[in-house]
Amino acid sequence: MEFLNGFVALSNFVLVPAIAYGSQLALGALGVTLIYGILRFSNFAHGDTMAFGAMVTVLVTWAMQSIGISFGPLPTALLALPFGIAGAVLMVLMTDKMVYKFYREKKSKPVILVIVSMGVMFMMNGIVRVIIGPNEQQFRDGERFLIKAREFKNMTGLDEGLAIKSTQAITVVTAAIAVALLFWFLNKTRTGKSMRAYSDNEDLALLSGINPERVVAVTWIIVAALATIAGVLYGLDKSFKPFTYFQLLLPIFASAIVGGLGNPLGAIAGGFVVAFSEVMITYAWKKVLGYWLPDTLEPSGLVQLLSTDYKFAVSFMILIVVLLFRPTGLFKGKAY
Amino acid sequence: MERTKNIGLFAIVAGLIILTGMIQSWNSALLIVNMGLISAIMALGVNLQWGFAGLFNVGVMGFVALGGLATVLVSSDPVSEAWAAGGLGLIAALVVGILVIVATGITIKKLPAGKMRLIGATAVLVGGFFLYRAVFDPAVAAIEAINPALQGNIGGLGLPILLAWPIGGVLAAGAAWIIGKTALGLRSDYLAIATLGIAEIIIAVMKNEDWLARGVKNVIGLDRPVAREVDLQQSAEFVDKATQWGFDPVTASSLYVKFSYSLLFTAVLVVLLVMAQLSLNSPWGRMMRAIRDNEVAAEAMGKNVTRRHLQIFILGSAICGIAGAMMTTLDGQLTPGTYQPLRYTFLIWVMVIVGGSGNNFGAVLGGFLIWFLWVQVEPLGQWIMTIVTSGMAEDSALRLHLLDSVAHMRLFTMGLILLLVLRFSPRGLIPEK
Amino acid sequence: MSEPFLIGDCMTGGYGNGPDILHGCTIAVDKGEIAVIVGPNGAGKSTAMKAVFGMLNVRDGSVRLDGEDITSLSPQNRVVKGMGFVPQTNNIFASMTVEENLEMGAFIRNDDIRQTMEQVYDLFPILRDKRNQPAGELSGGQRQQVAVGRALMTQPKVLMLDEPTAGVSPIVMDELFDRIIEVARTGIPILMVEQNARQALEIADKGYVLVQGANAHTGSGKDLLADPEVRRSFLGG
Repeated sequence: MEFLNGFVALSNFVLVPAIAYGSQLALGALGVTLIYGILRFSNFAHGDTMAFGAMVTVLVTWAMQSIGISFGPLPTALLALPFGIAGAVLMVLMTDKMVYKFYREKKSKPVILVIVSMGVMFMMNGIVRVIIGPNEQQFRDGERFLIKAREFKNMTGLDEGLAIKSTQAITVVTAAIAVALLFWFLNKTRTGKSMRAYSDNEDLALLSGINPERVVAVTWIIVAALATIAGVLYGLDKSFKPFTYFQLLLPIFASAIVGGLGNPLGAIAGGFVVAFSEVMITYAWKKVLGYWLPDTLEPSGLVQLLSTDYKFAVSFMILIVVLLFRPTGLFKGKAY
Repeated sequence: MERTKNIGLFAIVAGLIILTGMIQSWNSALLIVNMGLISAIMALGVNLQWGFAGLFNVGVMGFVALGGLATVLVSSDPVSEAWAAGGLGLIAALVVGILVIVATGITIKKLPAGKMRLIGATAVLVGGFFLYRAVFDPAVAAIEAINPALQGNIGGLGLPILLAWPIGGVLAAGAAWIIGKTALGLRSDYLAIATLGIAEIIIAVMKNEDWLARGVKNVIGLDRPVAREVDLQQSAEFVDKATQWGFDPVTASSLYVKFSYSLLFTAVLVVLLVMAQLSLNSPWGRMMRAIRDNEVAAEAMGKNVTRRHLQIFILGSAICGIAGAMMTTLDGQLTPGTYQPLRYTFLIWVMVIVGGSGNNFGAVLGGFLIWFLWVQVEPLGQWIMTIVTSGMAEDSALRLHLLDSVAHMRLFTMGLILLLVLRFSPRGLIPEK
Repeated sequence: MSEPFLIGDCMTGGYGNGPDILHGCTIAVDKGEIAVIVGPNGAGKSTAMKAVFGMLNVRDGSVRLDGEDITSLSPQNRVVKGMGFVPQTNNIFASMTVEENLEMGAFIRNDDIRQTMEQVYDLFPILRDKRNQPAGELSGGQRQQVAVGRALMTQPKVLMLDEPTAGVSPIVMDELFDRIIEVARTGIPILMVEQNARQALEIADKGYVLVQGANAHTGSGKDLLADPEVRRSFLGG
């Protein structure tokens, strides 16, 4: 019983939030890693792409809400998501045509493209702030919980409650669907395979008649979709605020690098590694340990390794450790 | 020809600032000059790293903030009660922390590679961490309990604030040394992410470690290297002089103080600029650029590339630290909550790229120009928006929203400027020779 | 004599705007033939082949395929015209399976590729066994087979190989040559650059000895092997 209670507490405060957060990071990191694999630069504007896609979704959600469209127990934002994706796709394709294409044709060094993406980051950040403002926005509706703590207690008779927010469940399900679709696309379709081929060996891909501009366009479309989904899920789960997406850049990059830049499977693994470390290191273990350890050993303090304010430090430390001991990431990435 | 063009560019920026003085107020103009000087110094530091050596540092904010921290640690008065309550514990914790790191290092060296090493090192690190926290936490609690409304921190050394400028540089250099040691061997994108991360961590530490510099409770009323307005207004001699020149004493005192800062900052900028120019044209500077242009060849010629990179990374970061200390001095307060990467890291990058990477004068010009635009985009946008929306109804929601959104136009504008320069004049306004 | 199927005629040129590496060099291959380019290091062997494939600036002379002038076409467009090229290095998609490599080889085709793939598997039976393995995990010789197989997937009218045996063991080399002869028997003309001159000339119908970017000797493989001057100057006696 003690053990079960401890496990439920652990699930409630660590496992469930970390799985949800990990899914969001994984989606973000997938976008970064795809850009790196195909366009070969680290895209600093990715966080703001997420913000942009999420913003369009928020605006469409509001419009739907105001004319009385709803999705029953599910958040209306899911209905608005395709519009958000379309908006983000238009945005990145336009950016690519107006900005990145020039440097691609000139075969500029990757670091120049990184600086260019900094400029794009500024502009997108500005656009989002101009349109929706810098403040926190509320757009979640529908059922708040999938399982309420009290219901869980009544159901199981345990002392500890387990609450699963519906946004957490939606996050995991949506992310799983998105990832499954992505991998099906990359591994089973001709276009997807041509993307992998281009990422693997650009010259040979050209020799094989693969059209680089098409590969790049498809990549941007997928990246915009992934970014929007990640941004909306994060916004539903926490809240929508333009600046937080910029801050997500660090854990997202950490996830992508930890997994091995350019490797999609690695990006997913990296997302969960970073999310679990962040949550576990900043969680106060007193409660769980109180259940698990014999009474004599019960900890007096909170048993919190670091305060939650240092969660960025955690992703950073993991990043450094991986870079020092395994520079290509957990899964072999493209970066040497 | 080229010289005339460069002088012309500087003259244009100077003209813009003078125009600000005539149209808006001389106070605003001097404010732009002062922050422009500080920006120019930061740009000089980043240019050293990027322009000379091709190092991609996006952690400028962290070094700037460390400089700010230095002003508090140097100039504010020591809180002796705090030292009595927790000073010993704090120092002990520091020693424990260093010992733990050393012990971890030894474990990694001594144990054979593989699982054993990983487990051993992790055990030492985790065990050491708890030991450190056991010493550290009570000391911090004791310090933060001392007069929390005003202090609750260890205070500083009570030295003149001017000393904080070089010390801010030293602090930043120390941090740069640690980062450089770990991250400089990595690819440029990794260095970028590493510096981005360390900057966030430095800010997090400054926000949360209240015992150090009061965290988000801020430290206000810092010491000043120049006169205070209030004192000036009470000095009969100053008031006389002011009225003689046709100023009212309040404006005059404010201008006088700002101008004093301008002189101080100019002195620092000139010294750093001369040093940067000398080093650029020295054998050391030429070698740096040779390494930047072809790392492999330089390495083959027996140059220790990583070591050179470490040198210049530390130097550039130190300059950012100095500028950070100067900025906090100018503000008169340390507010860790206001450090934002877009403003303190990426804006500096815009300055360097627009000014001309690899050219010290370019960096200085970029610093002034971009700072001027950063400040003036808002009123300019307001003015344009008012004209654009003049046809709309007074209370139209769109009009109000547009007028409201002008405040955020500056980010957009900075991005646009950066992209335009990168596209049409990729070497900047004053290109590298 | 009628015009050869593929000919690089009196080619002069170099990389980009760099100095000329080729000086009036002529390379040709006809239907049903294996033509081999040999020569000392730095003679411009690979360069000559790349010139035929359009990877460098041919300032003078022309390249003609089946009588059509293709001098100004990009390499990609030459692939469409029916030229298959196997680069010396990085000639496979290492992270993709053998079958996916072949599929990518046929990217420009929109018809059913299964039959061609079967033909490739018949030529290189080992690839059929390893079809679902990442190509990067195969041995050196097997990778070269993947590389050749990939190029064959476009059903090229002519196949060009840049040092196919570089870096493989002598036994594997012999096997590779056997495979190349088999490919030639299917009727595809083959033009290849070889470092191992003696073995290459033994299977060649036509040989080109290049020295400093120009033709030094031309003849059938047998004649060149018998030519005392060729033997002395670079076959080593």
